[in-house]
Parts: sequence; structure tokens; C-alpha cells
Amino acid sequence: MSKATEIISPEHGAADAHDDHHEHHIPKGLMRWVLTTNHKDIGTLYLWFAFIMFLVGGAMAMVIRAELFQPGLQIVEPNFFNQMTTVHGLIMVFGAVMPAFTGLANWLIPMMIGAPDMALPRMNNWSFWILPFAFTILLASLFVEGGGPAFGWTFYAPLSTTYSGDSTALFVFSVHIMGISSIMGAINVIVTIFNMRAPGMTWMKMPLFVWTWLITAFLLIAVMPVLAGAVTMVLTDKFFGTSFFDAAGGGDPVMFQHIFWFFGHPEVYIMILPAFGIISQIIPTFSRKRLFGYASMVYATTSIALLSFIVWAHHMFTTGMPVAAEMFFMFATMLISVPTGVKVFNWVATMWRGSMTFEVPMLFALAFIVLFTIGGLSGLMLAITPVDFQYHDTYFVVAHFHYVLVTGAVFSIMAAVYYWIPKWTGRMFDITLAKWHFWCSLISVNVLFFPMHFVGLAGMPRRIPDYALQFADFNKWISLGGFAFGLSQLIFLAVMIKACRKQGEPVSDQVWDGAEGLEWEIPSPAPYHTFETPPVVK
Amino acid sequence: MKQLGICVLKAWTTLVLLVAGATASAAGSSEVSALNLRRGATEISGQVYDLHMLMFSICVGIAVVVFGIMFVSMYLHRKSRGAKPANFHESVKVEIAWTVIPFLILIFMAVPAAKTLLAMEDTTEPDMTVLVTGSQWKWHYKYMDRDVEFYSLLATQREQINNRYTKGENYLLEVDRPLVIPTGQKVRFLITSDDVIHSWWVPDFAVKKDANPGFINEAWARVDEPGIYRGQCAELCGKDHGFMPVVVIAKEPAAYEAWVNEQESIRQQAREEEQRLLAMNMSMDELMTEGERVYNATCAACHMPNGEGLPGVFPALKGSPMALNDMQGHINIVLNGKTGTAMQAFGKMLSLKELAAVITYERNAWGNNTGDMVQAKDVNAVVNGE
Amino acid sequence: MANSNSALVTKLLLIVVGMFGFGFALVPLYDVFCDITGINGKTNETAAVYFDGQVDESRTITVEFITRTHTGMPWEFRAQTKKVKVHPGEMNMVEFYVRNPAHKDMVAQAIPSVTPGQAALYLNKTECFCFNSQPLAAGGESLMPMRFYVDPQLPEDIHFFTVQYTLFDVTGNGTDDKQLNNPFLTSFSDN
Repeated sequence: MSKATEIISPEHGAADAHDDHHEHHIPKGLMRWVLTTNHKDIGTLYLWFAFIMFLVGGAMAMVIRAELFQPGLQIVEPNFFNQMTTVHGLIMVFGAVMPAFTGLANWLIPMMIGAPDMALPRMNNWSFWILPFAFTILLASLFVEGGGPAFGWTFYAPLSTTYSGDSTALFVFSVHIMGISSIMGAINVIVTIFNMRAPGMTWMKMPLFVWTWLITAFLLIAVMPVLAGAVTMVLTDKFFGTSFFDAAGGGDPVMFQHIFWFFGHPEVYIMILPAFGIISQIIPTFSRKRLFGYASMVYATTSIALLSFIVWAHHMFTTGMPVAAEMFFMFATMLISVPTGVKVFNWVATMWRGSMTFEVPMLFALAFIVLFTIGGLSGLMLAITPVDFQYHDTYFVVAHFHYVLVTGAVFSIMAAVYYWIPKWTGRMFDITLAKWHFWCSLISVNVLFFPMHFVGLAGMPRRIPDYALQFADFNKWISLGGFAFGLSQLIFLAVMIKACRKQGEPVSDQVWDGAEGLEWEIPSPAPYHTFETPPVVK
Repeated sequence: MKQLGICVLKAWTTLVLLVAGATASAAGSSEVSALNLRRGATEISGQVYDLHMLMFSICVGIAVVVFGIMFVSMYLHRKSRGAKPANFHESVKVEIAWTVIPFLILIFMAVPAAKTLLAMEDTTEPDMTVLVTGSQWKWHYKYMDRDVEFYSLLATQREQINNRYTKGENYLLEVDRPLVIPTGQKVRFLITSDDVIHSWWVPDFAVKKDANPGFINEAWARVDEPGIYRGQCAELCGKDHGFMPVVVIAKEPAAYEAWVNEQESIRQQAREEEQRLLAMNMSMDELMTEGERVYNATCAACHMPNGEGLPGVFPALKGSPMALNDMQGHINIVLNGKTGTAMQAFGKMLSLKELAAVITYERNAWGNNTGDMVQAKDVNAVVNGE
Repeated sequence: MANSNSALVTKLLLIVVGMFGFGFALVPLYDVFCDITGINGKTNETAAVYFDGQVDESRTITVEFITRTHTGMPWEFRAQTKKVKVHPGEMNMVEFYVRNPAHKDMVAQAIPSVTPGQAALYLNKTECFCFNSQPLAAGGESLMPMRFYVDPQLPEDIHFFTVQYTLFDVTGNGTDDKQLNNPFLTSFSDN
């Protein structure tokens, strides 16, 4: 949308000399990565970490789907099954999706706003490097006596307090570290965007990815502390004799759910707003047409973020609320579909009368629009309180949030990686393999998640290791789809390894025909240091 | 490639439409569908079903329009077809239109939703009330106006779950003692829990309410047709969450009345039997045989059939100091449970004879070999604080 | 640049600390919210004062009492009156029987819950055993009174409501301990 007219970019034309120059600053080997404060290095670390966690969490999903392949208990005990669903959820939310978005933010925000680096580079290093510890603790808790957390990623009290194993302390500790990491990352994003924009990069010229991340960062610092509070209360209830959630001491287990979902609902948007930003970057590029309704996109994102604070109790309709409260949360939730709809309509309007080509990032972006919208529409159905009594805690809900998070958030992350990786490595990725990855993922993900709508409506509850016979046929398909989707991600791994080894054709600075924005005006591959002198944006 | 993409996406819409058609055609029957929500057995569940179909149709409609426009655009406005990009990028009129129209659709959806919700939250006086109490991993039903109460446990055999026997028709959806209610009457369910949060769900009644420990929730149903209605616990409640089904049998009022009277007299007889038993001693063999049966039905889920428990989660009984030495403590914990743990109060659940047998079994099985015999009167002494 | 960075970071950290505090503030806020909306049928934990208003003879409300004991609680606990018909504004008394069959002195705490939840707002208890914990010697028994009136403001559509008491064993962690342990839940008072 905004072209930098003049970029004072020392790397241009004098790459060799400057590479030498920079060699002095870059330690070699492992210590480079441990000590790095470079936003590109940290972005890479975040993305690889997220990918590894995606594979680990995915492996747990494979255990779940293997157990559910047919009725009866085959492979794991119910207690271990519960640990798998719990840790799968925690890893995918806090270990895969959120760090992947933070990685993209690290790589892209400075390049998009013309900043030399993130505002707080040392904190940036810390916020990444505490993450592996958090997840080591979480994964290690699976091996202590009594097993890891088995109360679902939502850790409802009193199942997570009075009735949980001792590993709950490890769970609480690791969630605290994840929270601190996210908060530090969010502060860094906000400070970078507020203070480090290049001259002329006004608010309403910022690329939408930057806008959505800014709003996400505010959501993060608003709700991650509430999560920290919730886990702290679980910890003291379990180990220090308080009774926040215990009726005997005057507490209330339902209050846990209110506090959790006060965090949890904004958290859902934390995982989807940056995706909206990514899609808003990709669709215009491959439609060769400016994004339709830039300003309304910004306003829609803001209103989604604000509304996210007043809808939390739609996760709890069955806990027994007064009718007035049920009505309020139903209507407020339905209202969110308006700004979300505006976004989808804007994307379609951007494509309309464009000149479209269908490169891999565009394929993922288009799949995102269709499949995310399906997830959004089932979300609208879930908002309707009387029918939610039937949908609640069934596979219909599982289908809904996997459409939103896998074909939504995860597809957008893949789209983003395919879109920007040529800029990062200077080489085009293996397009044939990438297309295989796309088509295999697209087909398998729908075989995996679409039938979940049916079993859910037919009455299969979530989080059960075994099920009644009428669900058997669909579950077989779901599991096969799951295995296929899991295997498809190995193609992605192959593409990424090849790309990082810099195999492939060199690309131009602009990389994609219709790409616009500061990041496409620096050389490919993006030099280690960019915009040391700020560009001027007209 | 592009053509293929369009084909796949078209196939997608077709699939959605097919499903819509298939479910719409199933609307008339009360058969349990493998694809869709069921119409159920109450007026409310019928309303909920209609509401669901309305919302579903609207959503499919929106999807068809939006994806339709998108696919048309993807077909027409391709670079390979020679499309040249237009230059427009905003239009206040269009933006207002697609903010206002969805808003109107939402209002159209909200009105019937609110109506159904109000109908569900009817708090008029019921014809009868059942207190439903969830605990790990069974339901307890107590008829508030009659002398009838009982636990309802999964009836599917372990061997079926472990794939050693062929699975029956109602695998995991069958219980030893179903809840029985009359048809045509407003039956109120008061729902609560003894330990963690459970959720009592009967899809055919469109009733799903959380059972919160220490708090009480209510729901109600007026069942039109006699029949057997099956559901499950819907809130993760620990290890055997998947194994605590709900089965409700609706009977004609006369048949129901006969059933309740029968239950009351059975309870009366059981009490008299219990009193008689107090004076009798059972032999070790009898105690062990009965004890093994009770243990496998009620204790083995946590303490495991071999008495070794699950390390770190459920304690072992094999070799435990309580099972070897402290008989009073042993009887007490089985009777009253232990606060703050998953150990429940089995005094409410088992007869004195069963309690005596299972405690004897635990003190003598798996090499515990204490030789202790616990009789019904010993248990009764602890109950009465003698 | 460095200055404006640290100023902004300070502000953001204040938000973080504030939101962490807010998480805990949700605990008392939740109670306020419950008082307003009747979520979970929580009743007042302190005694109400009988009002000097008009008894509404035209309406009859059925109040039902349910008693339960929590896991690990060996006491016998039952309502002497299972159901009572009252007029709004009228003062009533019901009694609950308890017996401690255990070999030790014990202390119990009864936790009330009302359904439908809105009715909790209109159930005014002037005297209740649930306001404080109840000690009972080994083998002892007792009749515990509860005096209440139904606020005539009770919504027209409520004709019937249920009060449940669950008895918890709080031996060894009496009211004082509880208050010490949980600074946010200090509303239990010996009145």
C-alpha cells in the first residue's frame, strides 16, 4: 500500500564488503543462537521451535487418533489418554501457534516498518530462550509418578486442584514461564511499533500484519496476567490450603471458569488476529490489486478485540446461568460475526476484478478464507444458547475450533512462511513439493475435521478415549485423515530443510510479482542488518 | 492446477449442500441420525432441533453466497485468462451494506433463539423431582418425593472394553439401573456433584447441565413418548469420564407408578434383610466371593483389579498399612470416603453385607492375607458410632 | 529513543501488573456479580434483618429443602421440613437435624445453594446455621434452626424454589483458619 520512495540501504551493491564487516558481530556456531539479539535470528528460532512443538503436539494427536481409530481401549489407558489431550492442547496453543506468530512478528515487523531491529533486543533473546525450558518442564511432567496434567488444557477446578496429581505444580510453573515469555514478546512488539517506525510510516500506512499484531500484543498483555492469576490460584488451592474454587471454604468452582475464560476468549483472538493480518498481506499481492477497505479492516480488528472481553461466558452456558446473562452473552457473541464478516467480505472484494495467480502462499490463503469461514459459521451456531446446550462439549465444538485453529491459524502461518521465506533465504522454495504439501494437507485436514461435525451432532462427547458403536465409521475416517495430515507435514519439513539449506533458484528483491511494502524493497536474502539508516516513507 | 483447485472447491460446496439436504430430509423422523442432531422426545428438544436446522440453513446460505462470489472471482479474474486488475479499493456504501445486512440476519436469528431459551428456563412447579448427583464415575438418582434412590453405573463389561468380547449394541451406553420417569409429566432434575464437575446430558431431552460440587442446578423435561433415552457425561471428570453414561426410561404414568411402588417395597425388604444379617456371620469363602464381585464392580476402576492402584494417582491397597493393620480406619474410609480425594463414601452406595465383604476381600486378597473377617455388624457399629 | 522506550515499557508493565491484580480482583468481583445476578444460587452469608413490610397473602411460594453431606463427612443430616408453603414477607422457621456418629468431635460447615438462582436474591435468612461452622461432640445430635422470609419483590414467574445445604467437614480448619487462608473470602462472620 505504501511504497518507500527512498531507501538508504547500505547493503545494496556492496554486499561482500558488508558481509565481512558484519562477520565481526556474529559469533559462530551454537553461541550465535544462544546469545543472539538479532530480530531475524530470534524470528528463525521462534519459527523452528514452533515447528518442532507442532510436530510434538501432532505426535500426541496421532496417539489420540490411534486410540480412537476403533471402539474399545487398544493402545493407551484412559488416564494417559487424558494427558495426551491436555498436553496436545497446551503445546499447540502455547508452543506452536503463539510462538510461530511471535517468530513472524520478529522477522517481519522491523522490516515492514523500516526499523533496524526490535526495540528491546536483549529482552527479545530472553523471551525466546525461556520457552524451551517451559516446554521441557511440561513434557517432563508426563514422566513423573502419576503422570502429567490430565485435566484438559482448560484445567477446570476442582479436577485440576483437589483431584489432580502432584505434577500440577510443574504444569503451573511451565504455564507461568510461557506467560512471561508471551508478555515480554508482546511488550517488545508494542514498543517497536510505537517508537521505531521509519519517518513517514504513519499509523494508517502500517501494513495490516503490523496492525493486527499490535492489537494482539495489547490483548496479550491484558489477558496473560489473568491466566497467571488463575494458575496461581490453582496452585495455592492445591498446595497451600486456600479455597478459591472449593465450596467447602466459601469458594466456587464455577468462578474458575469465569476467570479462565476471561483469559481464554481473548486468547482465541490472539491466535487468529495475526492470521487476519497475514491473509490481508497475501491476497492483495496475488490479486495484483490493493487491499479493499484498509481502514475498515483496522476498525474491524479493533472491534473484534474489544468484543472479545465481553463474550467469555459463552463457553459456560451449561454451568447454570441466569437467563439474562445467557441472553447477554449470546447476543454479544453473535455480534462478533459482524466485524469478522466484514473481513471476509473485504478479502473477497480484494480478489474481485483483480488479476489472480495461484502460487503456494495464495493457495493457503484461499483455503484459509473458505475453511476459516466454515469454522466461523459453526461458531455462530455455537453462540445460540439453546442449541449450544446440545453442541457443548461434543465433537461439534472440536470440529469448530480445529477449523478455526488448524485451517485458520496454522494454514495462515504456513501461507506466511511460504510467502516470506524466499525473502529470508534469497531462494525460491521447492514449489512442486510445496504444492504437494498444500493439496495433501487440504484434503486430509477436511477428512480429519469435517466428519467431526457429524459425530458431534450425533452425540459424541469430547475428551473420551472410547465411544459407542454408532460413531465408529466416522471415527475411522477421522483417524485416517489425521494420520494423512500428520504425514503431510513431513513434506513441509522437507521443504523447509531444503529452503534453509538455500537450495533453489535465487529470487529477485520483490520476489512476487504483485508484492508491495518495505520488506520487498531490501535485497533478497534479507541482510543480517536492515534499515540501519531508516528509509523515508512518502 | 488452478482448474483442479476450482473443482475441489466446487465439490466442497456440493458436499455442504448434500449434507444440508440429507439432514433436512431426516427432519421428519425421530430416528437417531448418524449425521445430525436428533429431534428428541420432548417439545423443547423439537424446538431446539428446529432452531438448529434454521441456523444451519442460514449458515449454509451465507457460505454458498460468499464462496460462490469468491469462486466466480477466482474463475473470471485470473491472470491466465488475461484479467487486468481494477483500481478500486474502498466504497463506504458497500462497507455499510455488508455491516448492516449481517446485523439484520443476526436479529432474525436472535428472536427464535431467545424464545426457545425462555421456554427452556421455565421454573413453574414440576410434577416430580429427581436429585441427580454425579461422582467419579457414576450417577446417583434420588426421587425427592418417594423413598427411592440408587446409583447408576456403566453396565458394559470390562471384557468388551478391552476387546476380548464382542461389543454389544449399546456399548458404553448401558447402565445397571436406569433412571425411570413418567411420560407426560414435568420432571425436574436437580443436578449436583460429590467431587469434580460432571455434566448430565440426555440429547433426546435437549438437557445438558453441569453438576457443580456444592452447588445445585436445575433442568426439566416433559417426555412425550415412552422409550429408552441414552446420554453421557459431557464434562471431563477424570480417568473414566468416557464411561459414565446416562440412561433414562420413560414409562406411562401407570407403569411408572407400579415401578416406583415396587422399588419402595424392594428397599423395605432390603432394610429388613439387612437387620437380619446383623445377627448372622458369613463364612470367609462367602465374604471373599462376594467381596471380589463388589471390588471389581466398584473399587477396581481406581485401585486396579490387582490392588496396586495407579502410582501417584490412586494408592495401592496391596500391602497398604491401612489394609494390613488399621481395621477401624479401613471401615471408616470405605464408609465415609476421604475429603479432598477421589475416595468416595461407599456407605451410601453399598449394603452392609457388601461393605463387609469388600473390606474382608481387601484385607485378604493379593497376599494381604491378614485373616481378618469383617461382618455386617462390624460395619454397622462404625456407622452408628458404637 | 531509549528514554521513550523505557517509559513505554514501564507503562506496559504497569498494565501487566494491574491485570494480574485484576485476575485476583475477579474473586470479590465475582461475589458482587453473583449478588446482583444470582449466579449459582449463592445466598447471603450474613443475617438479614426482618423488614416491616406488608405480607403478600395473595401469593404462595413453595420452598423445598434438600440436604447432602460431602464425601468424607459421616454426619447424618436431614431437613425436618422437606417442603413449606409460604407467603412473601411472612417469617418462617425450619429445622435441620444433625448427628455426629464418629468417635471424635467434629466441626461442620453448611454451604447453601438455591435454584433457580434468581430466587437466592429474594431469600432472606435472619438466622441460619450456615452463617457459622457447627461443632458437634462425638455421638452428639442437634436441631439447627433457620429463619427466613421471602422478599415480596420475588419475580412473579417464580412460584417454587429449592434450597440445598451441603455439609462439609471443616474440623481443624475452622472459620478463623479459613479467613487466614483466603483473604478474599472474609465474609463469614459469627453474628
